[in-house]
Amino acid sequence: MQKIEAYVRHEALEAIRSELYAIGLPSMSVSDVLGSGRQAGIVEHYRGATEVLYLRPKLRLDLVVADEDVERAIEVILTHARSGEIGDGKVFVLPVLQAVRIRTGERGEGVVAAHDEAASPA
Amino acid sequence: MSPEELKLAIDTVWVIVAGCMVFLMQAGFAMLEVGFSRGKNVGAVVAKILVNLSIGTIAFWAVGFALAFGNGNKVLGTDGFFLHSSTFSSLSFSDVPLSAKFLFEVVFCTVSLAIVWGTMLDRTKFGVYIIFAIVFAALIYPLVGHWIWGGGFLAQRGMQDFAGSTVVHLCGATAALAGTLMLGARIGKFDSKGKAHPIPGHSMPLAVLGVLILWFGWFGFNPGSTLGAVGARFADIAVTTNLAASAGVLGAIIAGFALQRTIDIGFAGNGAIAGLVAITAPCAYVEDWAACVIGLVAGVLMVLTVVAIDRIRVDDPIGAIAGHGMGGIWGTLSCGLFTTPALAKLNGVGGAGLFYGGGLHQLGVQAFGIACVAAFVFASSTAVFYLCKKTVGLRVSAQQELEGLDIHEHGMWGYPEQFLPGYGATQPYVLAPNRRPPATATAPVTAFRAVTSEGGD
Repeated sequence: MQKIEAYVRHEALEAIRSELYAIGLPSMSVSDVLGSGRQAGIVEHYRGATEVLYLRPKLRLDLVVADEDVERAIEVILTHARSGEIGDGKVFVLPVLQAVRIRTGERGEGVVAAHDEAASPA
Repeated sequence: MSPEELKLAIDTVWVIVAGCMVFLMQAGFAMLEVGFSRGKNVGAVVAKILVNLSIGTIAFWAVGFALAFGNGNKVLGTDGFFLHSSTFSSLSFSDVPLSAKFLFEVVFCTVSLAIVWGTMLDRTKFGVYIIFAIVFAALIYPLVGHWIWGGGFLAQRGMQDFAGSTVVHLCGATAALAGTLMLGARIGKFDSKGKAHPIPGHSMPLAVLGVLILWFGWFGFNPGSTLGAVGARFADIAVTTNLAASAGVLGAIIAGFALQRTIDIGFAGNGAIAGLVAITAPCAYVEDWAACVIGLVAGVLMVLTVVAIDRIRVDDPIGAIAGHGMGGIWGTLSCGLFTTPALAKLNGVGGAGLFYGGGLHQLGVQAFGIACVAAFVFASSTAVFYLCKKTVGLRVSAQQELEGLDIHEHGMWGYPEQFLPGYGATQPYVLAPNRRPPATATAPVTAFRAVTSEGGD
């Protein structure tokens, strides 16, 4: 079990989500985040005063998948999040110790296993 | 004080008060458009409202008012530029001072201009607003006004358009249609199969506040078009106006419920506007029951039009083509159905409608007027937008559209905290050269990385 934490542009989300869904990995969390990286800041002009703001809005995707699904999930993210410009974001992969499905109490890799087919309409 | 002086004072007070109420409709359009845009574009909306109002006012004062109401021929007025040296005989039915007449007419012009932009929200370059505002307020709107109100060829045929279903609303909406066809849809509105997807406006309460301000303004818009208070006809017109607006809300709610089994907030608001637009032409020509029918039909037609233009892949974020366009067409035609002989005679324009024994004549006159105005406004607006597209450009880049017009066109946000929470009052912790986004140069970045080597993604 591994956790994929991806920081991407907003416009990449829908393409990533729908393809992950199509390959049986529909479970993810999406958060609005502010962050800084190599991308230049935003210049704000306000009533004659100017300020450079380094935090840019991005989306963070969190998904926990079985070991054998990690590479194909990353591949999906790279395919749709890459514009080639600075600011496309990064992907981190972290080990996960345990997973529990709250509804059933079930534990282990089965909780995050890929679906054979999509469970419900997108 | 003589009775004449007293009459003049009372008439003038009403015209100025009504004009100020119509002016407030700018706030209504601002809030309606803000509510129906996304939060990243609200600053651009309010900036545009202010700039357009100002350009429209100056252009109409210098040129537009003369073309519309100056003495001239069947097509345009030829004297009275800068309000000088004309008798403005087309407005001589009212005895209020010229400045009162001008104030009342200039706020109408800026209302018509405001209608254009709701349809072009979220993707238009700011420069286009400036260029089109000049042409529209100085030329397009005044010509239409002259044809119908200034003694032009449609006025001579007896076209009934009391307060401007066609002159103000259809004119603005037709320009909006030309603009959105030239612009194309917002990113994400239609998928690759052409299916329409919702891009919800960020605040329904603000949108409905806008609707209610517009509704209030309409009590100046229609009843004030008497250009006088003595005789107190404007009270009857206020009643027909209010009835049609209410019926418009109900018509839109019923049609929306039949369509999707919910009471759609946006439809309800647009329904009020459709009803108000529709009653604008017939408000002084019809009885109360007819006002209810006109409003109800306008509300239903508005919903059907919104669905239809989604179906043909035209993107109208605010529903102006449905509300002001279809509402304007229906309202203008409804004179040809519901005008009573007595009121036609009282206004001294045209004759009775189909349901009052007037036959098809008035309906034909109304339809001819609609066709002339729609064709002229569509052609001239398309030409202006085409020239904009070929010179300064019509549409922002995809990246700018995605990140929002506020930061890219204005360098600031309407809602800054939404984009940078908590940053507001603190000092910047790194100074960097002043560059506009989305700059990708590497030199300032190294300086930045040295300071924040641990942070970020």
